[in-house]
Amino acid sequence: MAREASTSRKLTYTVIGWSIGLLIFFPVIWTFLTSFKTEGEAIANPPSFLFFNWTLENYHEVQDRSDYLKHVINSVVISFGSTGLGLLIAVPAAWAMAFSPGKHTKDILMWMLSTKMLPPVGVLVPIYLIFRDYNLLDTQLGLVIVMTLINLPIIVWMLYTYFREIPGEILEAARMDGASLGKEIVYVLAPMAVPGIASTVLLNLILAWNEAFWTLNLTAAKAAPLTAFIASYSSPEGLFWAKLSAASTLAIAPILIIGWFSQKQLVRGLTFGAVK
Amino acid sequence: MATLHTRTSARYMMAPAVLLLLAWMLIPLGMTLYFSFLRYNLLMPGMEEWTGFLNYKYFLTDPAFDDALINTLLLVGGTLLITVIGGTLLALMLDQPFFGRGIVRLMVIAPFFVMPTVSALVWKNMLMHPVYGLFAWLAKSVGLPPVDWLAQVPLLSVIMIVSWQWLPFATLILLTAMQSLDEEQKEAAEMDGAGAISRFIYIVVPHLARAITVVILIETIFLLSVFAEILVTTNGGPGTQSTNITYLVYSLALLQFDVGGASAGGIVAVILANIVAIFLIRMIGKNLDR
Amino acid sequence: MGNIRLENVKKAFGDAIVIPDLDLEIENGEFVVFVGPSGCGKSTLLRLIAGLEDVTGGKIWINGRDATGEAPASRGLAMVFQTYALYPHMSVYKNIAFPLKMAGMDKKAIDDKVRGAAETLNLTDFLHRRPGQLSGGQRQRVAIGRAIVREPKAFLFDEPLSNLDAALRVAMRLEISELHHQLKTTMIYVTHDQVEAMTMADKIVVLRAGIIEQVGSPLDLYRSPRNRFVAGFIGSPKMNFVEGDKAAKRDAYAIGIRPEHMTLSTDDGQWPGTVRVSEHLGSDTFLHVDVEGAGMMTVRSDGDVPIDHGVRVFLTPDEAKLHRFDADGKAL
Repeated sequence: MAREASTSRKLTYTVIGWSIGLLIFFPVIWTFLTSFKTEGEAIANPPSFLFFNWTLENYHEVQDRSDYLKHVINSVVISFGSTGLGLLIAVPAAWAMAFSPGKHTKDILMWMLSTKMLPPVGVLVPIYLIFRDYNLLDTQLGLVIVMTLINLPIIVWMLYTYFREIPGEILEAARMDGASLGKEIVYVLAPMAVPGIASTVLLNLILAWNEAFWTLNLTAAKAAPLTAFIASYSSPEGLFWAKLSAASTLAIAPILIIGWFSQKQLVRGLTFGAVK
Repeated sequence: MATLHTRTSARYMMAPAVLLLLAWMLIPLGMTLYFSFLRYNLLMPGMEEWTGFLNYKYFLTDPAFDDALINTLLLVGGTLLITVIGGTLLALMLDQPFFGRGIVRLMVIAPFFVMPTVSALVWKNMLMHPVYGLFAWLAKSVGLPPVDWLAQVPLLSVIMIVSWQWLPFATLILLTAMQSLDEEQKEAAEMDGAGAISRFIYIVVPHLARAITVVILIETIFLLSVFAEILVTTNGGPGTQSTNITYLVYSLALLQFDVGGASAGGIVAVILANIVAIFLIRMIGKNLDR
Repeated sequence: MGNIRLENVKKAFGDAIVIPDLDLEIENGEFVVFVGPSGCGKSTLLRLIAGLEDVTGGKIWINGRDATGEAPASRGLAMVFQTYALYPHMSVYKNIAFPLKMAGMDKKAIDDKVRGAAETLNLTDFLHRRPGQLSGGQRQRVAIGRAIVREPKAFLFDEPLSNLDAALRVAMRLEISELHHQLKTTMIYVTHDQVEAMTMADKIVVLRAGIIEQVGSPLDLYRSPRNRFVAGFIGSPKMNFVEGDKAAKRDAYAIGIRPEHMTLSTDDGQWPGTVRVSEHLGSDTFLHVDVEGAGMMTVRSDGDVPIDHGVRVFLTPDEAKLHRFDADGKAL
């Protein structure tokens, strides 16, 4: 049994914990606050923390000037597209590996994982040239394909660990109860697999949304998702911090929320089940 | 049930995933390998010719490679040091009961979900800017001269940014591992007369050893390929002061259009990553047998 | 109706032969228990009957019909699994209703049957809970409920009580026996616990390494075990075995005597020895005696015997209830 900590101890930890937490979280808070400032206030010295004229102007400007929505759509298409396509390919594979493992199942899994460890620069040149020759540069389709392939090992792996937790006896019980393969899948397997698939989807959305090697190298103005769009703010001319903050806040908010909901699965997915 | 039948269908179910990954791995990698032996520049089309190991010779003897290799090692090593030690401390802290722990936990893991380009730009502009940045303001308020982070200590700056991004990962994994430690084990050690520090050294650390190894290996894989953070902050500079191998290959390929040289660099990067990957794969493989 | 006949049944997993060649006849309405140490093939045998594994050779007849190639569902058997295998995402009601739904029964009939079964098993109040919210015993009853509603030709139980605590195990044992008396359906029950076998079975099948060592009623097996393995496996505490002089005197390689078939005395008897441990259960006392020239033996005595560690005692076997075995372990 865990013991009750003394109140004074608890208070000490509360102070330390919150201080450190706020410190680490500060850049995010700061970005959020800055997004409501005017450009002048954003670079004011000394900085103003809360007492400034809150304005939504930056959010309008980001959209008006650079067609922000287009990049949001690109991000959505690329992350959801690659996740969907990835699932389509990975679910059957993980299913087969979990429920009728053969002699080489483990080797195949390990090999799949090893492809994830291939550094992207190792294949940058040929992928760039292939994309150029097939007119895939700066297209949503091209990015969906690459994103699907780079995350496929993680999807297969995560699904496999989840599927493997479904006890075999339950499937046998369903068979004894007279369920055909179709009914077994609809009534028994699918409901039990849904939580695992959902976690996999969440993790993959996060990874695809934030991916910033291929998106930077393979897109330009047309198909650039938010990662690449925001990188364009790095140009030295002019200080558009408030607008950068507004664009950034919008870009990270959805994924931050998804991420907070899927902490546990994250550990599992990113360590390939090595830590649960 | 007809086991033979399910075996066959299992094979068909696995085929798309296996074939796609096989293609993804073999075709581009094979092309990289092939290009690495060619003199091949996109600015001089039609001039391709076989050069043997010349590209490797140029790449490996280029002083930029030495810098990039050292920078890569410093970047990976420095970030690992900060995130593993910081992550352990943070995990220990988050393992204690206190008010609002859940919220603090959310705040601590948040940086991991911030896309690399955003974190790099926020740090570069709003924190590290020598005139308007918060760090400059803080330095001036205590009477110190402000530091021009990205110009004076570019690599350290990149390490700081990357560490901020990866600290949550280490924390989360170590915390998960810590919480999986059997409370009774700690109590048994307490009954055996172990104090808080001995308990940490003899019970908690060995339990965490595995998780720490996993953190180190996985972070290494990703840190070897840090790219966006460098691209949007320093562009590898000044000079090559913050160029890592990934960035060097990128600049050879897409800035100088030297396909041959970039390919040779890519192969070198693959070899470096594989050294780490072998250890990681072994560990995960062992885990699979359990 | 539910008689099951196994004819030359063989099962191998790759090169590992689990069941070399087995014949068995199970009569309608019988409560048959397969018992044996772990790895003896008893669960495999049950799964072969269920159709969850394919036989490598031989035939399985159910009610005189060759069921060897039939799918599990069409054999008309119901199974209760060791882990209960309840569907975690369905309520108790839906769990019990599942086989009926699969059989395409109409809603009204399903409802009647599920409620009937719930009544029998005292589950009425829990029908809308999920399995995760139930205790071990309740889950067990849901698993049984799911089996009952199908009105199967036979029930198959795969170590159903092994995940329950001791008190609950006794209670569920009674409930299952009671159920058998009510339904009068054939039941095949796999366990490694000889107490469960003795208390519940009409017929016990003792298995070792995929071979049937003996088939018979509990008392048959207790009274006349065919070999040393069965003799040692059935009965608790275990039968004592003695080799050497004491056996030779009785024209046997080894003799076996149950703890309850020896008389204990502090002054006089055949085999002198020293008490090492005495276990006072209240109703009985089990003494572990170091017998001179024979090693440790267990003897059962009255509950109020005031003998403890170190006391010198004498044991006298009841010659009529002594078992004699040859060098191969066969009963003489």
